[in-house]
Amino acid sequence: MMKPTSEAELAGCVSELKTPVQVQGGGTRGVNGPGDVLSTTGLSGVTLYEPGALTLVAQAGTPLEDIVAGLAAENQRLAFEPMDHRALLGSDGAPTIGGVVAANVSGPRRVQSGACRDFLLGVRFVDGQGTVIRNGGRVMKNVTGYDLVKLMAGSWGTLGVLSEVSLKVLPQVETEATLRIGVPDAATGVQVLSAGLGSPFEVSGAAYDPVAGEALVRIEGFAEQVAYRVGKLRDVLGQIGAPDTVEYGEKSERIWVNIRDVAPFHGQAGDVWRMSVKPTDAPGIAARLEADDLLFDWGGGLIWARVPAGTDLRARVGSFSGHATLVRASAETRARLGMFHPEQPALAALSRGLRDRFDPRGVFNPGLMDQVVEA
Amino acid sequence: MEMPTPNPAILSRKARLVERLLQVLPVESVIHDEVETRAYECDALTAYRCPPLVAVLPSSTQEVSDVLRICHEEGVPVVPRGSGTSLAGGALPTADCVILGVARMNDVLETDYANRIIRVQTGRTNLSVSGAVEEHDFFYAPDPSSQLACAIAGNIAMNSGGAHCLKYGVTTNNLLGVTMVIMDGTVVEIGGAHLDASGLDLLGLICGSEGQLGVVTEATLRILRKPEGARPVLIGYDSNEVAGACVSDIIKAGVLPVAIEFMDRPCIRACEAFAGAGYPDCEALLIVEVEGSPAEIDAQLAVIKGIALSHDPVELREAKDADEAGRIWLGRKSAFGAMGQINDYMCLDGTIPVTALPFVLRRIAEMSKEFGLDVANVFHAGDGNMHPLILFDANKPGDLETCEAFGAEILKLCVEVGGCLTGEHGVGIEKRDLMLHQYSAADLEAQLAVKDVFDPSWLLNPAKVFPLSVTRNRRAAQMAAE
Repeated sequence: MMKPTSEAELAGCVSELKTPVQVQGGGTRGVNGPGDVLSTTGLSGVTLYEPGALTLVAQAGTPLEDIVAGLAAENQRLAFEPMDHRALLGSDGAPTIGGVVAANVSGPRRVQSGACRDFLLGVRFVDGQGTVIRNGGRVMKNVTGYDLVKLMAGSWGTLGVLSEVSLKVLPQVETEATLRIGVPDAATGVQVLSAGLGSPFEVSGAAYDPVAGEALVRIEGFAEQVAYRVGKLRDVLGQIGAPDTVEYGEKSERIWVNIRDVAPFHGQAGDVWRMSVKPTDAPGIAARLEADDLLFDWGGGLIWARVPAGTDLRARVGSFSGHATLVRASAETRARLGMFHPEQPALAALSRGLRDRFDPRGVFNPGLMDQVVEA
Repeated sequence: MEMPTPNPAILSRKARLVERLLQVLPVESVIHDEVETRAYECDALTAYRCPPLVAVLPSSTQEVSDVLRICHEEGVPVVPRGSGTSLAGGALPTADCVILGVARMNDVLETDYANRIIRVQTGRTNLSVSGAVEEHDFFYAPDPSSQLACAIAGNIAMNSGGAHCLKYGVTTNNLLGVTMVIMDGTVVEIGGAHLDASGLDLLGLICGSEGQLGVVTEATLRILRKPEGARPVLIGYDSNEVAGACVSDIIKAGVLPVAIEFMDRPCIRACEAFAGAGYPDCEALLIVEVEGSPAEIDAQLAVIKGIALSHDPVELREAKDADEAGRIWLGRKSAFGAMGQINDYMCLDGTIPVTALPFVLRRIAEMSKEFGLDVANVFHAGDGNMHPLILFDANKPGDLETCEAFGAEILKLCVEVGGCLTGEHGVGIEKRDLMLHQYSAADLEAQLAVKDVFDPSWLLNPAKVFPLSVTRNRRAAQMAAE
């Protein structure tokens, strides 16, 4: 394992690479390919934190735990609520902020606040030739030149190795509540979630748990706000689903940690897929999956599916608008089906062009993101 | 402002180009008469003008694709244009270019309230996107001040913001999918009604690329339900430092106002003279607006007023009704008009870390004396996006140049304190030559590499965003290939 301790050392390391490497932060998110590991965990520490400006800059290998604790001390948080993959994937290690960014990991609050990429203000990274590149900065509005910041978010290490990231953070909320609404089926569940998200009451979480037969709707804010909105939403959503119960504070928090981390799938055998779809398409698509287990987040727009090992879920569901990512499977299945959804040829050509320019020698996670739809 | 010398080979082939364009477009969509092309000679950066060789107004993605394919084959530069409201010269033509205007493509293709999206052709204006969903109490959040006129195409090209981005984000945070045509005529579809596009984030890359990577013809946008209500509070201070500290404390307190606007004394006075909004004559004025039900607004404003009072304001006024709210906003909303009445002005939009606000305002005041030009500041304080308005006299020889030099110094200052050259207007031609103050040669090279991938012959809006010296070889390679 290579573990440089400064950006300059990282750049030197990359420029001397002779064979492909696996770029890795904490190694908790299930990317295991061939090749030596290039770890960013030697690049650690918060470089700048200005609570009054809602900005935090940290080296890529900084443990997520440290960042979350530092923010909590100032009553702030990462609003995009990144998932912890460890229990689902059976991985260990400490997630890093660079890993969160590289995988664009976003939790239930995606529906209201945005994804990780929406909170990323700036990056520093080392490209495939060992050149240090900076883009964006640490201010909230920045349209100076092309937005490589977004490009790096969710590029899974295939374009460069992140050395530093700059993030917008938000204040913690005073309190939260979750409405649990009984629904007979997925279609009604999504209908409840759509009504909640389409209301003026700033729903910050919208999930459907088919096992419990419940639509879950989260509200956050000042105590008076939450009480008022719970009342209003009960009226609106109670007309679609069955009379509800409301969980407050820690009980509500636990519900959303479980959804974020797909807790119902923990310890269950089989492959795990994650599909991004149009919310109202979700019930129909889910019915075609013949899954052993399902969980719906993002108002229905995110489907988690557990299926027997080796299942080609994309073939099973057929054509749909959106994409499916293979999150947990054997190395053989991963190699056969590809982790990421194959892209249309015109789009794939652009993506390949970018990878060829940023990593011309193909040393970073080769093959991870280059599936193309066969003509 | 230097623009590249027009390619004589292209100018000499105008007749053939027009003939080919007429094979794919109806006659009324191809404008080549030298009097008529003058309508496209500039955008809202009116100091610079140049009529294009030809202007085309396609009405479908297929027509856009045909035009780009022909221009690609003919080696003719193309400058895409939305409504032409760019303050940075993003749609400024060159004499050898084809202006590709999307204004005729303004249909709403789909509204879907259950999934909270609208799909539009990108010639549609920003405000009319909200207009299309208003009857269902929905709206499209990014709201640049030019929203009555500006097109979604331009909003995507510049990643436009607005007064309400503190809460709702800018264009890139509200864009879910596009249909885009790249320079060789290939149509690509990215994203859609789902929340995250697959693969590399090309959607994020395209948004804010100033029309240099492709022409976006259709967009899927997020729409939101309107809040129950909104109410502003006006807070006056006798020092910029204290006003800055108040902004910082409000943000830290956990209230997320939908807008925090800041005006300095020169701006307050001009607005007061112009609009008579009843503003106090003080050093710094904040307008803070929150949303929700009446009770929720009361609760949030109680927190904000508590913080404001702890900083000893000279004025603290809460809107009691819609009329008072209107008057609080009146001055702010007429700021640009008020300035325009006094003088010609140049509007900058550098962004700074909120904490650097007092220092930057003090330095701007000092520089104002050095350059001998007045400047008024009005800006979005919550996100640090400044809008210094430098006043000058366009009829006075040398004044524009002094103004531009002053503006460049302010933008360099923004970069020095950890900010950037432009928060929402874009680089265009206006800030092109300052890019090396913000980025190293290697940083820019990585951006140029992106353009190489989307537009290897460097024909789309080629003389913008980057210093001409940096892009010369790439543009020259194209000319040599002629």
